[in-house]
Amino acid sequence: MEGKRLVYMDHAATTYVKPEVLDAMMPYFTENFGNPSSIYTFSRKSKSAIEEAREKVAKAIGAKADEIYFTGGGSEADNWALKGIAFANKDKGNHIITTKIEHHAILHACEFLEKNGFEITYLNVDENGMISLDELERAITDKTILISIMFANNEIGTIEPIKEIGEIAKKRNIYFHTDAVQAVGNVKIDVKDMNIDLLSLAAHKFYGPKGVGALYIKKGVKIENLIHGGGQERKRRAGTENIPGIVGLGKAIELATSDIDSHNERIIKMRDRLLEGIMEKIPHTKLNGHPEKRLPGNINVSFRFIEGESLLLLLDQSGICASTGSACSSGSLDPSHVLLAIGLPHEIAHGSLRLSLGDATKEEDIDYVLEVLPKIVQRLRDMSPLYETFKHKGETINV
Amino acid sequence: MIYFDNSATTKPHREVVEEVLLCMEKYFGNPSSAHRLGVEAEKRMKAARENVARLINAQTSDIIFTSGGSESNNTAIKGILKKGDHVISSKIEHPSVLKTLKEIEEEGIEVTYLNVDANGVVDINQLKDSIRENTRLVTIMHVNNEIGSIQPIEQIINIVRNSNKKTKIHVDAVQSAGKIKIDVKSMDVDLMSLSSHKIHGPKGAGALYIKKGLNIKPLISGGGQERDLRSGTENLPMISGFGVAAGIILDNMEDKIKKVNAVKKHFVERLNEFDDIKVNSPIDDFHIGNILNVSFRGIKGEVLLHALEDYDIYVSTGSACSAKKSSHKNYVLPEIGLSEKDITGAVRFSFSYLNTIEEVDAAIDALKKILTFLRRIKK
Repeated sequence: MEGKRLVYMDHAATTYVKPEVLDAMMPYFTENFGNPSSIYTFSRKSKSAIEEAREKVAKAIGAKADEIYFTGGGSEADNWALKGIAFANKDKGNHIITTKIEHHAILHACEFLEKNGFEITYLNVDENGMISLDELERAITDKTILISIMFANNEIGTIEPIKEIGEIAKKRNIYFHTDAVQAVGNVKIDVKDMNIDLLSLAAHKFYGPKGVGALYIKKGVKIENLIHGGGQERKRRAGTENIPGIVGLGKAIELATSDIDSHNERIIKMRDRLLEGIMEKIPHTKLNGHPEKRLPGNINVSFRFIEGESLLLLLDQSGICASTGSACSSGSLDPSHVLLAIGLPHEIAHGSLRLSLGDATKEEDIDYVLEVLPKIVQRLRDMSPLYETFKHKGETINV
Repeated sequence: MIYFDNSATTKPHREVVEEVLLCMEKYFGNPSSAHRLGVEAEKRMKAARENVARLINAQTSDIIFTSGGSESNNTAIKGILKKGDHVISSKIEHPSVLKTLKEIEEEGIEVTYLNVDANGVVDINQLKDSIRENTRLVTIMHVNNEIGSIQPIEQIINIVRNSNKKTKIHVDAVQSAGKIKIDVKSMDVDLMSLSSHKIHGPKGAGALYIKKGLNIKPLISGGGQERDLRSGTENLPMISGFGVAAGIILDNMEDKIKKVNAVKKHFVERLNEFDDIKVNSPIDDFHIGNILNVSFRGIKGEVLLHALEDYDIYVSTGSACSAKKSSHKNYVLPEIGLSEKDITGAVRFSFSYLNTIEEVDAAIDALKKILTFLRRIKK
C-alpha cells in the first residue's frame, strides 16, 4: 500500500470486523470445529452457539428466535425472500411491488421473476429518494402477493417510511419484505411493530464477518426454499452451517444494536461537520438523498464538471477509501440507477461521491477529508473542458 | 481427541485460520471496491481462485465461489434445467442433489435415478438405456459420503458424450476433491461442486467449476459478483482460507493419499480381530481410502457412537446432515443391499491424512472394550 494514512469512508460497502466479534468466532475455527448436525456432544457446542446467535438476531429486530434463518449473506436472503414468496404464492397472484432504487439483489431477482411469468411494479421515488405511499396504494391489485421495499438506501442513505408501508401491506393482506442490509445497527427495527413479514440482513455491514446473513420469516409466512439439501435451519436452508460466521453475526448484531442512539449521535455529529464543510468549501455541489431521513453515516454528493471515477482514484492516492455508487456495481460505467431515479441528469450523476462513516471514523479523519477533497475537486475541475465552458459562459448554476 | 469424522467436517489447518484472521483484520475491504482496500481483497480472491482451480486442474476463470457445497449443487442443477428437460442422477446422491431434484420434478422436469450395485457403483447399463433426446443433465457424485464408493466418472462421461452431445455433466466432488486426483479437462466435465470444510478449510465457502462457454442461470442474482453467476459481497476470509487449504492439500498430495490409505488398511486389518462385523467399504478400486463404513451386528450404531465419544473418539452413523432425525432413515445403505440389521449397526469412520496408525490402535482397543460390554448385556 502506498501512503501511510488510511481514512476509511466506505462503511456502507463493508465494515471491518470488531475485535470482540473476532474473539467470539475464533473458538469455532479451532477447538469447536465440529459439524453442528453431528450427534456427539462435542458438536453440540456448535449447535448451541448457533441457537445463541439466533436469539441475538431475533432480539435485535424484535422477532422470535424461530423466525430467524441464517444465509450466506444479504443477497442470498433477498433472492430467497423474493423467489421463495413468488413461487410459493403463485396460486394467489403474480404481482409484486418494489421500487426503482432497490439493491441489485432485489432488482435482478425481479427480472428473473418477470421472465417466469410474474409482473413487477417499480415504484418511483421523489428527488430525495422517498417512495410515495399514495402511489404504493394505487399500485396494489388483487393479484399483488408481495411488497418489497428497502429499509434504507445503500447509495443515498434515504430511510423509507417502513412502518407506514407495513400498515398498508397488513391492511391489504399482502406480504411485506424489507431489505434492511443497510439499516441494521443504524435504525431501530421492530418487525412486529412495523408489520414486517420478511427482512434481510448481512453481518458485514455492521462489523460482523462477510459471508453470513439472515432472513427473518414471520411465523406462518408461506415460502419456498432457495437452497435444498440437508435439513439444516429447520429444513429451510441446506448446507453445513458456517458456525464461526453465524457466531460472529450474533455478536456483531448484539453490539451494533445495544446502543443505537448514542452511536448515531456520535456519527451524525461528525457526518454533519463533514457535510457542512464540503458544501462550504466546494461550490456547485449537491447533496443527494433526504436531508433528514437518512442513514447516520451517509453522505452522497454530486460535484458538477467532474468524473466520480477520477475523483475516487485521486482520493485513493491520498489514502481515502470512498465509493461512487455501491461497491458491487463499481466496475460499471453506467451512472447509478439510484441517482437517475431521483432525477439527476447523467452528467451530474457521474460526478457523485459516497462517503460512508462508521465506528472507525475519527474527528481527525473529517479534518483530513476536508483538507484533501476540495483540492482534488478543484484540480479535476481545472482539467475539465465542461468547467472551462461554464466559466466562460458564466451561466447561473442551480444545482 | 481422536477425530474419525472427517467426511462430516474437518478441523481447519492453523495456516487456514491464520489466513482467515488476517483477511478479517487487515483485508476487510469489499473486493468490488475501487479503492486500495478493495484491490488488496481482490488480489487475495485471485490467489484463492488459482489454488482451487489447481485442485481440479481447471482454468482459473472457470471457478466461481459459493457459500458451500450445497449451494454449488443447487446452482449447477437449477441453473441448467428448464421445464421439459430430463435429468439422470443416482439413488445415493447427497441430499442437496436429491432434494433439489425432487423440487424440480414438481416443476415439470423428469428425473431418472440410477440404481447402484453392492459396491455402491451406478448401473452403467441403466445409464445407457436412460439417455434420451431431451436429457439435459447427468448429475453424479464422484465419491459417496457414507460408503465411500467411487463412481467411474470417465466411463460415465464417455457414454454420455457418445449418446447425446447436448447432455451436460455435473459432478459433485465434495468428498473427492483433495482425496483423489481430479482433472476436469481430461475428464471433460461441465460442472463440478467443491467444498472448503471437507479439506481442512473453513465452513461457509465452496466453489463451482463451470466449463468455459457453458451458460447457466444464477441461483443468487444481484450485484454481479463472480461473473454475474453468484451475487453477494465475496466472503473473502473464508474463500482465502479455502485457497490456503487447497494449496496445502495439493502439496505432496500423493503422499497424503498414501498416508490415509495406510490408516484405513490398518483399521480394516485390525477389524479381523472382531466377530460379527461387515465392512461395507472394503479396500478395493471401488472405494476411497478415507471412508470406512462398518456394520457391527447386534449393536445400534448410535449407541456405539456415544460409547466411543466417552473415549474422546468421534465417528458418525450416517451423513451428519441427516444424523439428527431418526425419522430421516439412511437411504444409502439399503441401496447397496444391506439388511436392516447391518444398517442399524453401521458406523462410519472417516479419515484425514492427519490421522495416525496409533489412533487406529487406540480406537480398536476402545471398540473391543465397548463391544465386549454391549454384546455381554445383549445376551
